[in-house]
Amino acid sequence: MSDDTILSARGLTRHFQGAGAPFRKPPPVRAVDGVSLDIRRGETFAIVGESGSGKSTLARLLARLLEPTAGSVAFEGREIAGLSGKALKELRRDVQFIFQDPFSSLNPRASVGTLIGEPLETHFPQMSAAERRDRVAELLTQVGLRPEHMGRYPHEFSGGQRQRIGIARALASRPTLVIGDEPVSALDVSVQAQVVNLLADLREALGLTLIVIAHDLAVIRHMSNRVAVMYLGTLVELGDTDEIFATPRHPYTRALLAAIPEPVPGLDRPAEAIGGEIPSPAAPPPGCRFHTRCPYARERCRIDVPELLDDAGDGHPVACHFWREIAAENPFAPPAHRDEDGPAAARIALYRRAVAQAESPTPTTGK
Amino acid sequence: MTPHPTNVTGTPAEALLKVRDLRITFGNSAEVISGVDLAVTPGETLAIVGESGSGKSVTSLAVMGLLGAKGVRIEGAAEFDGQRLNLAHPDSLTGLRGDRMAMIFQEPMTSLNPAFRIGDQIAEAVRCHRDVTEAEARARALDIMRKVGISAPERRMRQYPHELSGGMRQRVMIAMALVNEPALLIADEPTTALDVTIQAQILDLISQLQRDRGMAVVFITHDLGVVAQVAHRVAVMYAGRIAETGTVEQVFNDPQHPYTIGLLGSIPSLTGPRTRLATVPGSVPSPAEMPKGCRFSTRCPFAQPKCAEQPRLRELAAGHRAACHYAPLELSFGTAA
Repeated sequence: MSDDTILSARGLTRHFQGAGAPFRKPPPVRAVDGVSLDIRRGETFAIVGESGSGKSTLARLLARLLEPTAGSVAFEGREIAGLSGKALKELRRDVQFIFQDPFSSLNPRASVGTLIGEPLETHFPQMSAAERRDRVAELLTQVGLRPEHMGRYPHEFSGGQRQRIGIARALASRPTLVIGDEPVSALDVSVQAQVVNLLADLREALGLTLIVIAHDLAVIRHMSNRVAVMYLGTLVELGDTDEIFATPRHPYTRALLAAIPEPVPGLDRPAEAIGGEIPSPAAPPPGCRFHTRCPYARERCRIDVPELLDDAGDGHPVACHFWREIAAENPFAPPAHRDEDGPAAARIALYRRAVAQAESPTPTTGK
Repeated sequence: MTPHPTNVTGTPAEALLKVRDLRITFGNSAEVISGVDLAVTPGETLAIVGESGSGKSVTSLAVMGLLGAKGVRIEGAAEFDGQRLNLAHPDSLTGLRGDRMAMIFQEPMTSLNPAFRIGDQIAEAVRCHRDVTEAEARARALDIMRKVGISAPERRMRQYPHELSGGMRQRVMIAMALVNEPALLIADEPTTALDVTIQAQILDLISQLQRDRGMAVVFITHDLGVVAQVAHRVAVMYAGRIAETGTVEQVFNDPQHPYTIGLLGSIPSLTGPRTRLATVPGSVPSPAEMPKGCRFSTRCPFAQPKCAEQPRLRELAAGHRAACHYAPLELSFGTAA
């Protein structure tokens, strides 16, 4: 592990024991099954997958909100599994979490000042009440809210503003790593864009490392430097964002990309559509877990488990026995570009300039 | 209220469903829907697109006669297949609903009865509207389940909703809506709760069934990607009014209303350069704090004093209308930036 690595997971596994029928132990749900990855300092690392892929469980394991069944996580070179007392408190300060649902993750009976002040009390007990107030005001400004909002309660805010409160709360302890579990997926598209831009600005300004869990590939392409694709508890592909979107190697990644409806009328969707649904993680298929839905599956895929291997040596590992042959026979056709010269593009540019102009004299807030 | 143009979007001559000047009020609040016109012809998909609070779902519920609670006032004229609908009295629509017009919802789990088997629920939809035997109703249920791509339909008929996956439940919802061969299907965010690969399957299914049956479809969604894929015509709604309407090509390739432009700019793209996203600042105002005149004016980067006047839904090209005083924007703002 190099100095560049801020977080490193090896063979991370988490099984959940379901409550089964009496006298019978059900098979465990293998939510995360042997995931290894290294997060580089300062990058935005995205984990993508559908419901049931285990991405949220993985995020919680990385932050030690859940204990792994097997495997290890090291933060800044230190194993986090056994941490307790002061060391655990330091981990809680340095690694923060942003939750998906800004409606259920904020205590409705606490004012915004209390919500954001609480982590300050925990992590900086020496702070005076006045200092704490100033810091809360600073955090509110940082996330695009106003210091006056301190006395208000969560229900007085819109979804986008609540997510900003969640972000301010996460930033209060001055973390170095922030993990967001679907931080924008509950928001309307125009508000989602505000929060995506905010997270990018904060990462830049504060030198954060971000891990973002999402199911929306377009958002991920926009936010991240590297992407890991998950299917049924395992990583199937990992690489630079531009690489993954231009030349996806795993049939599942190809299918995911092809399934996204682009806002371009008259587009023919590439013929990568996959049938069926993700199998139960309590009974994952043998061999390659994707073989039941894979249009390219062969006999070997039913028996042999493919490992996540960087056999091309270009930092773009994939867990597929046949990815080279698939790429040679059926090169991936990326979706058509949006029209860059038409009236739509010109008006969007005009609109952008107008928003920038309207925002420049006084820094706007979320309202 | 401003006088509303009497013309209806689309091609009124053949329209299966026409709604004119729909207005909805809850209690004593301001109008939630203010003068919405809609028309959809057989074989056509009209997408109503908008964010939370735009009024897209309320509009569709009113058309289906599902907005019957106390304190709701519905005004406006509607015609379905040449027959006048009395939207103010939702009970009058009971005979049509589930028969000539049907609806599917976002969350199939809450729309299916958890205590009854799938087959019984679909067969009941048949027997509500058709004078057929139990056996005939079940035969029709089985047939439609096959058509919507439910595997092992005989076995599924005996299962309960909780035994099915989300995608399968949505197929059951679609089967139930289509079993009486409706002329109009209203789909309210039918794929929003689904994963993207399953969404692709369901969108293909709806398009295919529509082509086979020549159904009219009103597709309600917040996802412009889905609109581009399924719709022929689009109505962009903002805060209870139509901001812009036209063919899908007109609205996506030549957007005129600043709200439409902002929405299109805020969608991250899968290709091309990764530029900073455009945003629509702020959020939709609540009915209590709705601005006078153009309702988008509080968030519009081009807003001018004149925007305190309600803009008319003006025709800019054949069938393409936008409710903005300044469309096309480059005439007024092109060089100013």
